[in-house]
Amino acid sequence: MTLRWDVLLAILGMAAASYLCRAGGYAILRATRPPPFVQAMLHYLPGCIFVAFLAPVFAGLGWPAWVAAGAVLAAQVRFGKLALSIAVGVGVLWGVRAVAGG
Amino acid sequence: MDEATERRGGFTRAGFRRGAKAALAITLGLSPFGLVVGMAADQHGLSLLETLLMSGLVFAGTAQLVALQLWTDPAPIVAASLACLVINLRMAPMGAALAPVLDRVSGWRRWGTLTVLVDNAFALTIAEMRSGRRDAAFLLGAAGVMWLNWMSMCAVGHVFGAAVKLPPGHPVFFASSAALLAILVPIWRGRADFMPWVVAGAVALLVHGGGLGAPWPVLAGAFAGAAAGAWRDRRIERPGP
Repeated sequence: MTLRWDVLLAILGMAAASYLCRAGGYAILRATRPPPFVQAMLHYLPGCIFVAFLAPVFAGLGWPAWVAAGAVLAAQVRFGKLALSIAVGVGVLWGVRAVAGG
Repeated sequence: MDEATERRGGFTRAGFRRGAKAALAITLGLSPFGLVVGMAADQHGLSLLETLLMSGLVFAGTAQLVALQLWTDPAPIVAASLACLVINLRMAPMGAALAPVLDRVSGWRRWGTLTVLVDNAFALTIAEMRSGRRDAAFLLGAAGVMWLNWMSMCAVGHVFGAAVKLPPGHPVFFASSAALLAILVPIWRGRADFMPWVVAGAVALLVHGGGLGAPWPVLAGAFAGAAAGAWRDRRIERPGP
């Protein structure tokens, strides 16, 4: 159970930088009273953040992952249970890879 | 939810519990990533105490993985902090988008809750917000459960990582992408979201294909999609002559 000074300083720096990101966006929004266009953007931002995050990830994963992604979405739309949808996705990916011989 | 609690709300015990329950449902999606970070910390020579301190205070998987890849002896204080700043920049617009929830509370309930803001808890809170509830305790409950899960999985990864050894492409690692994908369903509000989401995905792919790494594809895609949606809404409100 060692704790070195240089490691501790690096961790504190990482934590401070991360909090700046977490709180900074909201702090700026509060301080500046954004114009209507920016407020309309905030309305669309959440969904867009995740689509923009997932698109490159899935582009790099290959077709078995796309089949599994379809299964995740279908399961979520049909049953609305997140735990089930995730398990379906992992299971389908496993199965497709086994069948395709990946 | 009756009107009175709605207006009074903002930080309720019920909201905290609902958030914690929602987070438990996606535990499977959250766990593999924690294992990976725990294993990486072990490989780069961090002690268990250092690993848990980092995971507890930073609580951001991708940023921790990138920082660990840059790890040196003595520790790279500036490089690791910069890695966190750049990669976690995507959380700045998340905090802003949570304004309808955060504006209803103050002090530690606002600024303290923001310390544990993470992608999945944010997504669940947006889904909750869109079903009409604005309770910052939901975010704290969801993020709190995710934090506990994160700490346990990082510890397990650090202690047993050498013994487990899952290959990087193992289907279990698909669980974290599947979790975010599934949360997109309750975030979807209908056809008005379609065009902005397509723009967001296309721009992210373009920036990614152009060779830029995190966080630029996410930020460029998210802002382009949101701007496209806002621009269309303004045209509908004020049709041209």
